Parts: sequence; structure tokens; C-alpha cells
Amino acid sequence: MQKMPKWADVALIPLINLMIAFLISAIVIFAIGENPWMALRTMVEGTLLRAEGWGYMLYYATNFMFTGLAVSVAFHAAQFNIGGEGQATMGGLGVALVCLAFPWPHWTVALLAATAGAALFGAVWAAIPAWLQARRGSHIVITTIMFNFIAASVLNYLLSNVMRPMGSMDPSSARFPDGAKLPTLHDMPILGQIFDKNTPANITLFIALAACVLVWVLIWKTRLGYMIRAFGKSEAAAKYAGISPFKIIMISMIISGALSGMMALNTVMGYSEKLILNSVEGAGFIGIAVSLMGRSHPFGVLLASLLFGFLYQGGAELALWTSIPRELITVIQALVIMFTGALDNMVRTPVERLFLTLRREGRG
Amino acid sequence: MTYDTLLQLLDSMVRLGVPLLLACLAGLYSERSGIFDIGLEGKMLVGAFMAGAVAFSSGSPWIGLLAAIGISVLFSLIHGVASITFRGNQLISGVAINFLASGLTVLVGQTWFGLGGRTPALENSARFEPITLPFAEALSGVPFLGPLYAELISGQTILAYAAFAAVPISWWVLYRSRFGLRLRAVGENPAAVDTAGISVVRLRFTAVMITGLLCGIAGAYLATSAPSAGFGREMTAGKGYIALAALIFAKWRPVPALGATMLFGLLEAISIRYPNIALGPITLPVQVMQAAPYILTVIILAGFVGRAIPPRAGGEPYVKER
Repeated sequence: MQKMPKWADVALIPLINLMIAFLISAIVIFAIGENPWMALRTMVEGTLLRAEGWGYMLYYATNFMFTGLAVSVAFHAAQFNIGGEGQATMGGLGVALVCLAFPWPHWTVALLAATAGAALFGAVWAAIPAWLQARRGSHIVITTIMFNFIAASVLNYLLSNVMRPMGSMDPSSARFPDGAKLPTLHDMPILGQIFDKNTPANITLFIALAACVLVWVLIWKTRLGYMIRAFGKSEAAAKYAGISPFKIIMISMIISGALSGMMALNTVMGYSEKLILNSVEGAGFIGIAVSLMGRSHPFGVLLASLLFGFLYQGGAELALWTSIPRELITVIQALVIMFTGALDNMVRTPVERLFLTLRREGRG
Repeated sequence: MTYDTLLQLLDSMVRLGVPLLLACLAGLYSERSGIFDIGLEGKMLVGAFMAGAVAFSSGSPWIGLLAAIGISVLFSLIHGVASITFRGNQLISGVAINFLASGLTVLVGQTWFGLGGRTPALENSARFEPITLPFAEALSGVPFLGPLYAELISGQTILAYAAFAAVPISWWVLYRSRFGLRLRAVGENPAAVDTAGISVVRLRFTAVMITGLLCGIAGAYLATSAPSAGFGREMTAGKGYIALAALIFAKWRPVPALGATMLFGLLEAISIRYPNIALGPITLPVQVMQAAPYILTVIILAGFVGRAIPPRAGGEPYVKER
């Protein structure tokens, strides 16, 4: 017998968790001597009431969709992939190598090739910790953390010693050729009327949306997805049913790494148009918050990504117009992770008890 | 390389290794009790911030140290409540704590001092100054051992000596005291400890609080132990994760923790002093040294060079059978 109705599990509890996180954030804003209501208004006005704000919000949300889906796919297989940061860094390297390889004739071809490059590099970077987990029993959380740092060192080395064009002092690669320039929302029919030409949101947004659908199909509509979920729920039962743990860990982590890597399409190819240091900017970690909030469901991930996109852009607005630093967003992010992730039982247990009591009274 | 350079290098190793050592021992208590803690970084960071801020406001490094320990223990209690009381995911709680620390230190620091998250520079009297051990002057003329004593062993701050003292103390606590036996047992088999009539919850909370205490000292060392003179934004810069790596490298044992943290300290010292090392035809770039602790940890974790086996009940919330 279920302890509470499904809607309470998927919507009510995350909503309560989120409300607690926001309430505490408001207290934090109040404690540093600012007005939480004014802060919220600044964020809404700067983000939701202007096309430019929407452009940035969608740009950030695109990143978070990729990393959020990445964490979710791994979560379904009971693997905690905390290495999105490193996988996205390596994905960026893949994108840059592809984009710099040819004077691409058209962005469509370049995008296809760059997607493959990003996914491949991200997947390889996730596959090593996955193999170490599956074959050698090395804890995947620790190895993926280590791989984040190793990726940062690799990129730092390549950008300062190998990929830096002659005569340039910046640790960054050469500019990508014009043929690898992705269309932004401004270059598209209808949307072009709304967004101006400086908008950072680009065609990658639609790839992210497609990825949401594909992950949903994979996890809930395919045999492989069923195996992943079965393995995630109970390793012993999955083994008994003939599911190979090695295969599931490898496949789920490779998909996860590929998704993280594809985030670089948005930041490196769509926005900076060259490979720079730290283009990931913590999006790999935000994927954890997004996935927890979205209950590892692609639709939840989509909503959570939009929320975090709003928070990110709103944070920039706050830093611009008020004396609240951008880091407020980091605090909100931490509280969301804490309440929707680690402290979930704090809300869940009383709510479950409430539903049980209601049911008993209804019957009696 | 002359003897003098070697001593300077070793001195720099100690300076960089001490916060790692404190954080590593901190992690040891928590993880030995079965509570994974990837929030060492965050606790060190809030500790460093409070140490810098309070030492500046009060003019005393000791009050700063107390504040550092206080906030760090508070953060470890949050981790305890999430992972022991509410049986939440310990890794997720650790991630949240790191972000909370990273955001709050800048937010509060900017509001408090308006220096972009930095705390104001500390006067000499507001930070821990080097202590000259007896006879350091007199003995410095003695060949070989004299300079070693005068420059490396003498002239560290009280927090550094405390960190080194914590190694044998931790060894004794872990392997020779009743608390240590119970601590190790609760990390391997909490049900057995429970059956013996000892409270798993209480034991784990104690361990988590010791972790907070040591992380607080580590933070205070970063911000208020000379030559540091105040807190800087994101001051820990991944040291908490290196300490975690050292803990695995040391296979969750206190004496090897000393070796591991000093090795990682030495690697960092070398990478600062010699950015590019020429080895015959190839030059080792600085990034290799920077990544070395992480690569070594992965190799150790993979079990290619000795196997690192974590405490058996690590990461799993304990549910009493009903």
C-alpha cells in the first residue's frame, strides 16, 4: 500500500522543500540588511519582464538541462555522478577540436560533428571512473571529484601551452571559423522578432529540449531504461534477473558523461566561440541541484533548469542594481540541494503520517 | 639544489601541508564512524572566514580560533542532522555544505567589511605568530642539524605544532581508547555496536563534531597563522578535496595521514617553486604537479598500488531494526 498519493510525492513534497529553501534564503537576505521582497522584484523585473533577461535565462537553463539530465540518468542507476564539471570541461575540448579542425562550410554540419565530439569527450571522461567503479570498486563519487580537478589541469595545460595561438597572451584557443557559428534565437523566424542580436541563447536550447524527450523515452520506454532503473532500485534483484552490473554502470555513466559534455555546445560553440578556461562555471554542480529538485525526471529537470536559469540571471541583476552579491545564488542553490536532497525525510515523514491519518479517519 | 633551498622547500611543505593534515584527520573521525564527509572544504572555508573576521574585530587570534571552531562545528551538526537524524544522503549533504560555505562567506564578508569577500589585513598581534623554540639561535651554527632545527622545526605557529600533535593523539584515541574502538566498530558494523547497548547516534554525532573541531582549526590556520593575515575569498581552493584524497591515500589511518598530507604539501611546494621541471628531453609542466595528488588518489583507489578499503558501513544511514 502506498503511504501517500503520487501527486504528493512528485509535486507536493518538492514544493514544500523548495518553499523552505526560499524562506531561509529570504531570511539570509534580510539578515544582511536587504529587503527580500525588493530583491525578488529586481530579479523578476530583470529576468522575466525583458526579452534580454529571457535570452540569458534560457541560455543558462540550456546548460542546466544537460547537466541535470546527466546527473539524473546516473541517479537512476544509483550512481552519483558529481563529475559533470570535468565532463563538461572535456566536452568543451571536444567541441573546440572539432570546430578548429576544418573551415566548416555550414553550421549544421559543424553542429553535428561538434555534438559528436562533445559527447565523445564527455563520455570518455565519465567512462574511466565508471570502469574503476564497476571493475575495481573505486567509489565513483571520489573518482569523479578527482577527475574534475584533473580535467581542469589538462585544460589549463592545453590552453596555455598547446592551443594558444602564437602571439596571444590569453590562455584560450583561436577563434572558431565562421562556418561553426551557431544561430542564436535572434536568427530564427518569429523568435527573431523578440530577441535582439546580442542574445546568448542559441540553437543548442532545442538540442537540450530534445535531450529531455530522449532521456524520458530511454528511461521509461525502453528495455535498457528498465534495466537501469531495476539496477538502481536493487542491485541484488537486478543481478538475479540477469542484468550485468558492469554493463549498466558503464552505459549509464557513458550516457551521463555524454550529456554533460554536450553542455559545451551551448557555452563554447554557441557563446564564447573559442575554448576558454572555466567555461563551465559550476554548471556541472548545479546539475545536482536540478536533478534533485526535478526528482530525476526529465520534465522535472526542465522546470528546475528554468528556475535555476531564472536565479542565475536574477543574481546577475541583483549584483548590478543592488548591493547583494551574486553569491546569493550559490546560497540558494546550497539550500535547494540541502532541502530537496539531504533533508528530504524531514518533510516526507510528517507528510506521510498526515496522509495516513487522513486515510484512517476517512475510513473510520 | 643547496641545503638551504631544501630547507625552504620543506618549510613551504609544512606550511601547505598543515591545513591538509588537520582536515584529513577531521575527515578520519567522521568517516571511521561511517559518515562520509565531502564537506571538509566548506567547513574549512567558513572556519577560515570566521577566524579572519573575528580575529580582526576582536584583535585576538584565539577568539578568532574559537569562532572558527564554533561555526565549523555548527556546519558539521547540520551534516549530522541531515545524515544521522534524518538519514539523508551524506554525499548530497556534503555538496550542499560546500556550496553554503562558498556563498555565505562572500555574502556575509561583503556585507560585513565591503572588501569583495576578503577580510581586512590582520595586525601581527591578531594572528598566530611563529614560535621560536629554545636554543634555535644558539644551535643554528651546528652543521646540518642546526639550520634544520632553527628553520624547519622551530618557527612554526602554535596551530602547526597542534596539528602535528594531533597525529599521535588520534592514533592513541583510535587504537588505544574505548571511544576509538567503538568508533571503528560503528563504522564497520553499527548493528553490533547497537546490540552491545551503545548509542550509534550519539557516537556518530560525537565523531562528526570532532570533525568540525579539526576543520575549524584548519580554517583558522589558513586565515590567521603567519604569514597569512586574513581571509581571502575561496581561500580553501580545493584543499578540502585534497585532504579527502589524502585520507584515502592514507587508507583512513592517522599516521599515514601525516605522510600523505606532507607528500601532497611537498608536491604543491615544488610546483610553486619550480613551475616547469626539466627531466632530460621532456619538461614536466606545472599542471602535472598540480594534478598529481588527484591522479595518485585515483591510482590508489583503483587498487593498482595497495588497496584502499573504506569503512564498511560508510555512507549508509543506520536504521534500527524494529
